[in-house]
Amino acid sequence: MPTAQSGFFEWVWFFLRTYGGLFLQGAGVTLLIALTGTLTGFVIGLGVGYVRARPNEREDGTLRYWLRKIVRGLLGVYIEVFRSTPMIVQAMVIFYGMSAVFHVNLPHLLAGYIIVSINTGAYLSEIVRGGIQSVDPGQQEAALAIGMTYGQSMLNVVLPQAIRNILPALGNEFVVNIKDTSVLNVISVTELFFVSKSAAGTYFKYYEVFFITACVYFVMTFTVTRFLRWLEKKMDGPENYAMHGSQTVPDVELIGKGGAQNG
Amino acid sequence: MAEKFSERIIEVRHLNKSFGDHEVLRDVDFSVHKGEVVSIIGSSGSGKSTLLRCMNLLEKPSGGEILYHGKSIRGEGFNLQMYRAHVGMVFQQFNLFANMTALENCVVGQIKVLKRSRAEAEKVAMDYLRKVGMDVYVKAKPRQLSGGQKQRVAIARALSMNPDVLLFDEPTSALDPEMVGEVLAVMKDLASSGLTMLVVTHEMGFARDVCDRVVFMDGGVIVESDVPQVIFTQPKQPRTREFLARILQQD
Repeated sequence: MPTAQSGFFEWVWFFLRTYGGLFLQGAGVTLLIALTGTLTGFVIGLGVGYVRARPNEREDGTLRYWLRKIVRGLLGVYIEVFRSTPMIVQAMVIFYGMSAVFHVNLPHLLAGYIIVSINTGAYLSEIVRGGIQSVDPGQQEAALAIGMTYGQSMLNVVLPQAIRNILPALGNEFVVNIKDTSVLNVISVTELFFVSKSAAGTYFKYYEVFFITACVYFVMTFTVTRFLRWLEKKMDGPENYAMHGSQTVPDVELIGKGGAQNG
Repeated sequence: MAEKFSERIIEVRHLNKSFGDHEVLRDVDFSVHKGEVVSIIGSSGSGKSTLLRCMNLLEKPSGGEILYHGKSIRGEGFNLQMYRAHVGMVFQQFNLFANMTALENCVVGQIKVLKRSRAEAEKVAMDYLRKVGMDVYVKAKPRQLSGGQKQRVAIARALSMNPDVLLFDEPTSALDPEMVGEVLAVMKDLASSGLTMLVVTHEMGFARDVCDRVVFMDGGVIVESDVPQVIFTQPKQPRTREFLARILQQD
């Protein structure tokens, strides 16, 4: 163990050796919650955004009209409440509220996952709604005009384009979540920040430990950002297309084979 | 109207449509007969596109009735999806599904609405894509095609549903002048094949040479409806004369 006179790098090396596994474990929990929470939040956002983007007309029947209005109102309340309070406060209210009101002691990890999901869902609901509205209305008209139902037109035509359009925002939310899961340390989820705090507290070496922590966060978010950028490109498909039944494709094959024979 | 067109496919009765206080269609009576090629002409804002869009309920009529083979399309138990599948629509802005290839554009409706198998749907789609001269572009996405090519794929998409009637909403108005010809050529071809077509257009040549009947609309009403020879050489209504004089002068 380094002494009081030891330098910065000696301590960093010490923490890496002693707590390396723990850091990795913490990073794993962080990634796990951020990933599952963002995905679940996305599913919530798709559902809520879909409902809120759907035109509501009295002609569809009075009962259905009012039912939709009420459901929409409730969803609006959900979005506003979760966007207008900090996640760290939501974590406290939900975790301790469950135990105080319902006498349910949620496992810490599960509680963290639920909180991140609900919080992300609120943000993504509005992003999904915007994404749906950003798709040219002519796309849906064309789908309806060949006889698709509203649902089919959304599923096959509008949502794929809306999701492509909001992918950058979705990636952004994922990156934010990797960093913001750190607030879950208040309900003792053993994510990266919680692990770091324990390690640093043991030796009173906050600078050294959190330097490592910062690096780990950076590597995680940077990798994820690059991956998402790659995914976006892949979803856009190739820039060029092969002419069906044209001479181009067989030609390429012939050249390939000829080259192999020559070599 | 020629007697060979006796079977009414779509019949519009006393159709009204308002957007707020603005009356776009006023008491329009109109029918489309099997095998007929009809063009609707008139200046912008005359209600011709709205009439077309009401016919497959992309716009909800404010009043009146639309009958398909004698049944009201807004009646209870009427299958709107199957009706729309049988009444194809070609849009001014093409509206090809941007997330799909040319082939998939022509296949998806057949599978989802007509419940055809993929193999059958692809065969039908390829037949029509070949017919419009777009079969070599099956793998292209809409953004990789020119306006004229997109519109030809859009026509193939509509044809793939084997419609009774095909509605064209100003199909060449968004095209560069040199691409108008290729789309009109496809439409002429279809007209001679016996397909029932209803075409909202500014292409007077097409209306005069290809159509069996020309309908002139102005101010939300049908002013005059007759065979092209009569409309273009001896129109009965002064408004028709004025409009044609204005338009043909430009040409």
